[in-house]
Amino acid sequence: MSMNFGRVLRLLSLTLALLLPAVVSFAQTPVPPGPNALTGPGVTNDQLLFQQLQGDLHGRVSIPDQKSAMLIQPEGREWREFRNGALKTVSAVVLLGMVAALVVFYVVRGKIRIDAGPSRNRIRRFNGLERFAHWITAARFLVLALTGLNLVFGRWLLLPLLGPETFATLTVYGKLAHNFLSFPFVLGIVLMLLIWVRHNIPNGGDLAWIKVAGGLFAKGNHPPAKKFNAGQKLIFWMVVLGGGVVAASGYMLLFPFYLTDVAGMQLAHLVHAVLSVLLIAGIISHIYIGSVGMEGAFDAMGSGQVDVNWAREHHSLWLEEELRKGEGKAPAVGRRLPAE
Amino acid sequence: MARMKFLCDAERCIECNACVTACKNEHEVPWGINRRRVVTLNDGKPGERSISMACMHCTDAPCMAVCPVDCFYKTAEGVVLHSKDLCIGCGYCFYACPFGAPQYPQVGNFGSRGKMDKCTFCAGGPEDDMTPAEYSKYGANRLAEGKLPLCAEMCSTKALLAGDGDIIADIYKERVVRRGYGSGAWGWSTAYKDKASV
Repeated sequence: MSMNFGRVLRLLSLTLALLLPAVVSFAQTPVPPGPNALTGPGVTNDQLLFQQLQGDLHGRVSIPDQKSAMLIQPEGREWREFRNGALKTVSAVVLLGMVAALVVFYVVRGKIRIDAGPSRNRIRRFNGLERFAHWITAARFLVLALTGLNLVFGRWLLLPLLGPETFATLTVYGKLAHNFLSFPFVLGIVLMLLIWVRHNIPNGGDLAWIKVAGGLFAKGNHPPAKKFNAGQKLIFWMVVLGGGVVAASGYMLLFPFYLTDVAGMQLAHLVHAVLSVLLIAGIISHIYIGSVGMEGAFDAMGSGQVDVNWAREHHSLWLEEELRKGEGKAPAVGRRLPAE
Repeated sequence: MARMKFLCDAERCIECNACVTACKNEHEVPWGINRRRVVTLNDGKPGERSISMACMHCTDAPCMAVCPVDCFYKTAEGVVLHSKDLCIGCGYCFYACPFGAPQYPQVGNFGSRGKMDKCTFCAGGPEDDMTPAEYSKYGANRLAEGKLPLCAEMCSTKALLAGDGDIIADIYKERVVRRGYGSGAWGWSTAYKDKASV
């Protein structure tokens, strides 16, 4: 027994003797910092980490969702600033500014009358296909604009009025409408482009029209214009090009991450939102001049038959051309053609 | 009341993905959605580090700020939760989130998103605590059971810490002092405008 005990004691002391230097040296020299070590002041600072990684916070993940390999994307904060700050301010200023400008214009200039007074003669300005293309786009645009603006302002304007459940229901159907009605909207734009592009090529006459601002600010001043004057051409190209880019960026948002990463999605939203607001402002002025702003203008897209005196004042060259084309065919008389 | 936070010590994370698996299992998270993920930076190079990342439950949460229907809310413990009944699946919270936390099931046509899903800090949702309705939408409510998030609870190296922000910051500081260097409290300055400073 005692022999055994002595052996154990000896073994123990030997082990200790062997281990001691290692323990002592361990205690004396601290663990050398590993390759991941961050030394220096403020080492837990994210900024330092970003610097060390040279801003590349894209790593590797073992799950299929590769966009999750982005560890941190600080750009999200800039997008937030845009969405909650700049976008709201700019939209409000542009849209309210446009409405205010139109109110001032209406007060100062009043409704633009047909100087020669309405005649009893009418001439067809837009055929069925043209009006179909216009209204299919217009109706969709209205829904798209309202549902889009709802995403920008709804939370601050409508939510307090409707309550969370009603507002969320409204917004989710709004989103669905926004997504699906975009297709007929694009169809309308393509139709209008095909039908009207030949009338909307800028020419020399447009400069003269622009020089006098289309006679908008002076009574009795009617620069000559063909089927479309420079202002209408501007609207046309605004809708076709602006609407095209809005649609393209919209489809990028509708098909998230098919074509781009999160930075691209943020950019697509920015382009979509800013262009849409400008487009809406432009269309507000278009609606104004096509309705309360000018006598006889609505008929062009309403019945398609416009007053000849209106045509003579606003589209003199087009009227001449039509009359020449129509030779014997006298312009239709009366407000409506009699039903056959 | 405790302010709940996550902290991942990159010096300790060994990329075992147990947190990811635990989370998916605990909450029956559907296929294609990952509330938590492990990202490895500088993979295979010197300075390689892995960080387990999920919703950080930010102090001034960008998702909350940009949501068009205001479906997010913050609990008394600082946990950012949302209502799937109100969510319209627009994707804005993903654009704003610095951490890529919001996830969406693909439903219906195109790439259209369903209701957003994200880490709940194991705290469920607006439904009554520990009800089947809450579980089916948001997963388990461990906080209501007096437990902490499972991802951190079962982290084998205790790289991932979850709980009272002050306590986990203290644990991390102690580690930093003991080993003589930090590894970065990932996302803290972004999420909490705060540093677990040494």
